[in-house]
Amino acid sequence: MFDYTFQWGQAMARLPRMLDGAVVTMQIAVLSMALGIALAILLTVLRLSGSRPLMAVATTWVEIARNTPALFQIYMAHFGVASFGLYLSPFASILVGITFNNAGYLTENFRGALKAIPDTQSRAGRSLGMSQIQAFRYIVMPQMLRISFLPMTNQMVWAILMTSLGVTVGMNSDLYGVTQDLNALTFRTFELFAIAAVIFYVITKTITLGGRLIASRLFRY
Amino acid sequence: MFDTSLTLRDLMFLAEGAGVTILVTAISVVIGTLLGILFGVIRTQLGPVLSAPLTFVLDIFRSVPLLIQLVLGNAFVGMVLQIQISGFTVACMVLSLYTSAYCAEIVRGGIEAVPETTRRAARSLGMTWGQDMRYIVMPLATRVALPSWIGLALGVMKDSALVYVVQVTELLKSTQILITRLQEPLFLLLICGAFYFIISFPLARFGGYLERRWSND
Repeated sequence: MFDYTFQWGQAMARLPRMLDGAVVTMQIAVLSMALGIALAILLTVLRLSGSRPLMAVATTWVEIARNTPALFQIYMAHFGVASFGLYLSPFASILVGITFNNAGYLTENFRGALKAIPDTQSRAGRSLGMSQIQAFRYIVMPQMLRISFLPMTNQMVWAILMTSLGVTVGMNSDLYGVTQDLNALTFRTFELFAIAAVIFYVITKTITLGGRLIASRLFRY
Repeated sequence: MFDTSLTLRDLMFLAEGAGVTILVTAISVVIGTLLGILFGVIRTQLGPVLSAPLTFVLDIFRSVPLLIQLVLGNAFVGMVLQIQISGFTVACMVLSLYTSAYCAEIVRGGIEAVPETTRRAARSLGMTWGQDMRYIVMPLATRVALPSWIGLALGVMKDSALVYVVQVTELLKSTQILITRLQEPLFLLLICGAFYFIISFPLARFGGYLERRWSND
C-alpha cells in the first residue's frame, strides 16, 4: 500500500521562490494589520460617538466582518465591487478583504479593552481641561492598545493564515499562490505543501512568541 | 441588479450547497468536540511537560492555514496512502481535527477555571476522579467554555467555505458556479453572505448573552 516515494529534493530546490512568496505574505499581513488597526480605532471612536447613524455604521461593519467567512469578504472585494465598475487587482482585493476582516475583529477586541479602563480616567482628563478627543487620544487609547496587544498578535496570526485565500482571486505571488504554481509545474503536491506548512508554522510561531516577548518587556508594570 | 435571471432551480442548487455547508459543519463540530474534550482532558491530566507532544501537534493545526491542511490531507490520503475516499470525507476529517485543536484549548481553559480547592474538596468527600470530573468539573467548566465553544462552532462553519479545495461543492462554491453562468456576482454573493449571516449572527449574539450572564463579576 505504501509505495509512494517522497521527492523532497525537487521540492526543496524551489525553496527560494517559496521564501519570496513568504515575504509577500508577510507584506500583505503587516499592511492589512496596520490599516486594520487604524480603521478599528476609527470604528471604536464611531461607536463611542453617541450618534446613532455613526454607531450603526460601526456595528454593521463589525457584525458583517465577524459573521461571514473571510473568503466571502475577499470575493466581495474582488467580484462584488467589480459590479460597480471598480476592478481591484488580486493584491488589492486580498488586502481590502483581510483589512475589512481585521478591522471588524479588532474593534470587538478594543471594545473588550475599553471595559477594563475605568470611566473616571477620561473624566479626570476632561476636568484637567482636555477636550473629549484629547482625553480619548492621550488617556484612553494608549491603554486600550496596550490591553489589546496580545489579542492583536492573535489577529496578526489570523491575517497571515488568511493570506492563503488570495489564491481564489488570482493572487499568485504570495506563499500559497507560489506553492500552487509550483505544484502545477512539478506535481509534488505533498512535499511542496508540507514545506509551505512548515514556513507558515515558523512565521506564526515567531509572531506569537515575539509578541509575548515584546509584551513582557514593554508592559512589565 | 433587480432584473435577475436567477431561476428556482438555481435557488435549489444554492440551497443544496447550503445543506452541504451545514452537514460538513455539523459532522466536524461533533467529532471535533469529542476529540477536543479528550485532548483537553489529557492535556490537563498529564501536565505541560508530558503532554508537550500532543500540544505541539494540536498547535500545528492552529498555525497552518486550513487551505493547506486540506490540500495536504487530500494529497496524503490520495497520493501517499493511495486510498480512494471522497473529498467530502477528507474535508470532514481535516475539519474535525482542526476543530479538535481549538476545542482542546477551550476545554483546557474551562477545566483550569475550576478552582483547585473545589476539586480537592470533592475528592476529600470521597468522590472518585470520575465523579469529580462528572459532577464538579463538568458543570463549572461548561459555564466558562460554552460561549467560546459557540464561537468555535460558528468559526468552523465559516471556515468550511474552504472545503471547495477538495472538490466539495458547498455554499460559496455553488455561488461561484452560478456567478460563472449568470454573471451577476453582486446579487449572488449577497444571497450567499445573507445565508451565513442569518445562521451566524443570532448564535453569536446568544453566545455573547451567555458570556455576559455567566461571567463571575
